[in-house]
Amino acid sequence: MMDWAFLFEISLTGIASGGLYALAALAFVMVYKATRVVNIAIGEMLMAGAYLFFTFAAMWALPLWAAIAAAVLASGLLGAVIERTMIRPLLGEPEISVFMVTVGLGSVLVGLVELLWGADQRRLPDFMPSQPIMVGDAFLAPKVFWGAVVAAVFIAAVLLLFRYWRGGVALRATASDQGAAYSVGINVPRVFSLAWVASAMLAAVSGIIVGSIGGISSSMGVFGLSVLVVVIVGGLDSVLGALVAGLLIGLVEALAGAYLGGEYKLLATFVVLVAILMVRPYGLFGTHEIERL
Amino acid sequence: MRIGTLKESYTADAALFDSRTQHAWLAVAAALLLLFPFMASDYWLYMACLVAINVASSTGLNILTGYTGLVSLGQAAFMGLGAYTVAIVQARWGTPLLLNLLAGGVVAMLGGIVVGIPSLRVKGLYLAIVTIAASFIAHFLFANFGFTGGTAGLSMQPARIFGIDLDTSFRLYWLIVPVMVLMLLGAANLFRTRIGRAFIAIRDRDISAEVLGIPLLKYKLLSFGLSSFYAGVAGGLWAYFFRVVTPESFPLSMSIFFLAAIIVGGMGSILGGILGAVFMTLVPELLKLVFDWLPGGSELTVFLSPVRLIVFGALIIGFLVFEPLGLAEMWRRTRRFFHLWPFRN
Repeated sequence: MMDWAFLFEISLTGIASGGLYALAALAFVMVYKATRVVNIAIGEMLMAGAYLFFTFAAMWALPLWAAIAAAVLASGLLGAVIERTMIRPLLGEPEISVFMVTVGLGSVLVGLVELLWGADQRRLPDFMPSQPIMVGDAFLAPKVFWGAVVAAVFIAAVLLLFRYWRGGVALRATASDQGAAYSVGINVPRVFSLAWVASAMLAAVSGIIVGSIGGISSSMGVFGLSVLVVVIVGGLDSVLGALVAGLLIGLVEALAGAYLGGEYKLLATFVVLVAILMVRPYGLFGTHEIERL
Repeated sequence: MRIGTLKESYTADAALFDSRTQHAWLAVAAALLLLFPFMASDYWLYMACLVAINVASSTGLNILTGYTGLVSLGQAAFMGLGAYTVAIVQARWGTPLLLNLLAGGVVAMLGGIVVGIPSLRVKGLYLAIVTIAASFIAHFLFANFGFTGGTAGLSMQPARIFGIDLDTSFRLYWLIVPVMVLMLLGAANLFRTRIGRAFIAIRDRDISAEVLGIPLLKYKLLSFGLSSFYAGVAGGLWAYFFRVVTPESFPLSMSIFFLAAIIVGGMGSILGGILGAVFMTLVPELLKLVFDWLPGGSELTVFLSPVRLIVFGALIIGFLVFEPLGLAEMWRRTRRFFHLWPFRN
């Protein structure tokens, strides 16, 4: 017998955590659109942001808002350093080389985190309201709910910036045609840096949220694997795809976890991934590249 | 100074090893491989076996990624398929060792062909993610199927050949290294044949290759199959070497390790696969030796595993930024230097 209230509750939780996937996926898509780099280290960048926040908030005891701001800025700096030292030298190299550089980057970040903070799991200071949230009869964990709200606010902000801000317009112009962007006077290398900085900052925000829901550890990068599934399902270069697929994967994970058991979560998302790629090889909303000889 | 090699026939031009110097060096290498087990300690024999297994698997990945241009992050899962097959076949039917290895290779090959089916439509990094998906699905099956022993895995009796138990590194060396050498020769020869050339054509531009009359699906699947066959045999050797196979034995990080090995060694070069696998297997051990040698001793050992991760990542990044063609290119440059000496180039 199907329990509809339970299904509703699970779906709600799934969609709320899908919001987090969408935010992280947005960070990924931003870099991919501007620079054509598949950043597999996105999960590790999330982790770096969360650990920076941990340092500022718990170890240096800064006030909360200052700690968040400092962590986001420091992550932005990290993004800039990554772009200048690892990504820029590989401009024009085959995409698998750049992909592997980000694999290496992920490994370095995990190593650094274990070296500096140790491999044990840590808890971030609580800063979200802890009143339970009720939607109709369904209970929603407060952290998940507020996390989703913050994610939604940030996603909206990013979309607005993309649309109206000069830098956002430059980014979109570069994404659609690099040569044309150059010829109208856009400083394309600077746009590349901008994309990495913005992406690292977004990743830090979602890292802080993810960390305050589930705690932080050096294996937090696993979250990045789900984000990778999200962006592939949505289509690597589609913002809309990242949002839709984020919610979809969040839902699938929650349903699989509730009805089949925790070990089925990853399996379910990967099966969805393979099924969608078989039908649409460029993801749900990805651009179908036309190959010419 | 060597001016050139005179070749008087096509067979001489197509030969695998074309100069006297090369023959001499190969003889030296073979002699070293034969003498090594009698000179080395147990620890180094253990490392040699591990290196040989990794060389075999990296060479397989090199066929797929380096020569055919299909990026795969599922090599460890195919090794797992081979290892499980060997373990199960050995326990159930007690068939001879070489047959088991072959069975492991064939089963992995079938798995590889299934995973390769999307490769005609799904390209580039989308394909890499499909192989990640395949490896997670494989992990799930290993952990949840009845006859794979669940999360506890399977443990094995030592391999037996001619009535001798292969239970020490010294004895296993004589199984693992010859199999590896055979596989290397097979791979090197593959690229002198029509099939190997077709792989290279597909890597360079798959649509052009199809226009030239290379059936893409057939050759891409063949490449997946061959590469997984190598992985399967390597996985079988792995199973005989460690004698316990669990789902956790073949994580995604192992697939990344093999991809890193062929990138550091040099993609699309047999020598590159060998050098890369040797290098990447030995670096963590060298780090351990350095840590043992450092003063301060035991309290430093907690830093060993993070430092290994950092060095692993830094090696990948460093090679891609500074030496994209890998160790094989460094080797070639050194060789050229001696050939041309006393001139600079």
